[in-house]
Amino acid sequence: MAVVFEKPKSLANVPLHYCPGCPHGIIHRLVAEALDELGIEGKAIGVAPVGCAVMAYDYFNCDMIEAAHGRAPAVATGIKRCRPENIVFTYQGDGDLASIGMAETVHSAARNENITVIFVNNAIYGMTGGQMAPTSLPGQVTQTSPYGRDVNHCGWPIKVCEMLATLEGPEYITRVAVNNVKNVNKAKKAIKKAFQNQMDGKGFSLVEVVSACPTNWGMTPQQALEWVESDMLPYYPIGVYKDRSAAKEEG
Amino acid sequence: MAKLTFQTDLCKGCGLCVNACPKGCLTIAADTINKKGYSPAVMAQPDKCIGCAFCATMCPDCIITVEK
Repeated sequence: MAVVFEKPKSLANVPLHYCPGCPHGIIHRLVAEALDELGIEGKAIGVAPVGCAVMAYDYFNCDMIEAAHGRAPAVATGIKRCRPENIVFTYQGDGDLASIGMAETVHSAARNENITVIFVNNAIYGMTGGQMAPTSLPGQVTQTSPYGRDVNHCGWPIKVCEMLATLEGPEYITRVAVNNVKNVNKAKKAIKKAFQNQMDGKGFSLVEVVSACPTNWGMTPQQALEWVESDMLPYYPIGVYKDRSAAKEEG
Repeated sequence: MAKLTFQTDLCKGCGLCVNACPKGCLTIAADTINKKGYSPAVMAQPDKCIGCAFCATMCPDCIITVEK
């Protein structure tokens, strides 16, 4: 019998602290599989965020650094410029990347820093107990919007991929989801491509992964994945928003 | 026939593998609990398993190894 599926070597065999059914674990595995398949575990340096994934440094077997809240792309920029031979990636949530870290994100994209950003969008602040995030949907009930997000009062959710794709700088901007097997497999390809781009020296690659937060959404894990399909994906459509190399090849 | 191995003590009983299985092979063992205090997922009908690894693909804790 041949092994057709096992835990990737870049992922430590330790219990994850995430809630039951949290897709962070799936996304961790996809990143670890990309590191394994590209053979870059030994030279990869990850930057962990502040948020639910704050302890990601315990879960990846590559070198990891913990950044201050939102500053992961700035820290990654520093590492990559000092050690261009290493593969540098950040793993950030929506509160980290799209709120406090928006400036770092936009400017590292505008500079086309040769780093890989994994952006996990679950439309809520998970770690602090389910407050409204910049990506919470209109009408979404959270701890700080108990009557639903009122866009007249709180503004509209930020579509990070669409916004960054308007910049000249970034190489690859894409949005994927992990709500079913098909989308997980697509997400894996996108994450691998984002790392390959960095190895080829192409520049800034950002993969937004539409994820779920069963605990703070008040749903079962399966209901949460169904809510991703029915409510989140219509607002955050899956797709490639910018791929400069592919556009060049097409002429 | 495919063979699934579960790291049962890391399972949180979220049930995503049970829902992902196209053949309905898996179930949550409601009458047992693991070290973490959750009822873990177990293989209920090994004969039906086709080794598609959908369960392992959706498992957030990456506890399933699939052999075929």
